[in-house]
Amino acid sequence: MSDNAISVQHLVKRFGTTTVLDDISLEIPRGQVSCLIGPSGSGKSTLLRCMAFLEEATDGSIFIEGSPLGFVYDGAGKRQRQSANDLRKVRSQIGMVFQQFNLWPHMTALGNVSAALRRVRKMGKAEAEEKAMLQLRKVGLENRAGHYPSQLSGGQQQRVAIARSLALEPKIMLFDEPTSALDPELTGEVLNVMRGLASEGMTMVVVTHEIGFAATVGNQISFLDHGKLLFTDAPSKVFAKPRHPRLEQFLDTYLDRGASTLI
Amino acid sequence: MSWKLFNLLLEASLMTIFVSTISILIGLVLAILLSAANLSGIRPLQWFSKFFISFFRGTPLLVQLLLLYNLLPVIGVQIPSLVTAIIGLSICTAAYQAENLRGGFEGVPTGLVESADMAGFTPVQTFFHIRVPIALRLTLPALINEAILILKASSLVSVVGLIELTRMAQNLVASTFMPLEIYASAGLIYLVINLVVATAGRQLERRLPGVGSK
Repeated sequence: MSDNAISVQHLVKRFGTTTVLDDISLEIPRGQVSCLIGPSGSGKSTLLRCMAFLEEATDGSIFIEGSPLGFVYDGAGKRQRQSANDLRKVRSQIGMVFQQFNLWPHMTALGNVSAALRRVRKMGKAEAEEKAMLQLRKVGLENRAGHYPSQLSGGQQQRVAIARSLALEPKIMLFDEPTSALDPELTGEVLNVMRGLASEGMTMVVVTHEIGFAATVGNQISFLDHGKLLFTDAPSKVFAKPRHPRLEQFLDTYLDRGASTLI
Repeated sequence: MSWKLFNLLLEASLMTIFVSTISILIGLVLAILLSAANLSGIRPLQWFSKFFISFFRGTPLLVQLLLLYNLLPVIGVQIPSLVTAIIGLSICTAAYQAENLRGGFEGVPTGLVESADMAGFTPVQTFFHIRVPIALRLTLPALINEAILILKASSLVSVVGLIELTRMAQNLVASTFMPLEIYASAGLIYLVINLVVATAGRQLERRLPGVGSK
């Protein structure tokens, strides 16, 4: 097996006549943090969602730890939908954290984290809740276990969502703009949890507008613009001058907002 | 009007409450199954669900009950009038509740289903553990409303020979010639029952954690 956790090959995604992803090929190395950056509408979220098969690519393939995701090619080389069972099996290696948290509002924090352990992993209630508490402790929320999502701050909700994903022991964590719905004060607590994960060697793919996070925590940075992957490189190279002209332009908008100290 | 007469009405109202409660609960289960059929993506099931809902919403409950009452003996089914009444009311309210729930199911945010997909839930697990609880919460006010409508509509089941509150009132009027007192009392009992249901519904809305509540 290669060293890559995710392999994206010639991925194309079209919505009608609009090409959202234009022949994207990208390798996500195991045990590293890969950040996808780029302006709104560049296709970075769509690319990430394709990696979880929440969006179906129009063409191309994605491999998760060597296994095809979503589509398989039959003997004649024709692309076919993977069976629901196979998809679930491949997906079980991936955890996903959403911009809008997507916690189930009718379950407590503990319920959210333990639900899949019970329903999918078929653990008993006590065992599932014990494991769930472990994860809640890891994100610093063991004292909020009995709270419902509506009783938690955005940052706390996102940390519960991270704990929910981690409880299923994924090999890869995907983050879709995890802090974009949070105010700056709450952003920090979520980024700290993510830094902790990164230091443990979790393979992470992060779509983010937090350039500072990408620069300091990321091992590789991919820059997308208008559905094209312009380049992928280590942060030290990406941010070293002279920069790619399109990236320069993109970063200027951050400097305008006084973020120069971060870059 | 004597206490004895009022007590007879109260006793008959127990039948009203019993028939309505059972029918509302059976109707809710049926409505959830109809919604499942609708969401299944299987065409024949969707057609059945749509036909069922439009038929039982489009014909009067009184006609449905009379039809059922006369149809069952013809096809050789002998069941007590209590069962006939419950079947008639359940099927009718199922159609309305399914239509209420449809809005609730449409209101379940896609992201919550996506997070269930990512957690490895099967579509059936997602339906029962995520979609149904959220849809029920979103439609609770409409479902309470439907419960109140059914409590009142249960007065129609007297046509299949069941003695509930309205029928008892009619019988008492026939023997005592006190229509004003008796019908007013019957109305009062309905009102009290429904006030209790409405208040309980509002309490439930407030206490249920989740969508839109603190």
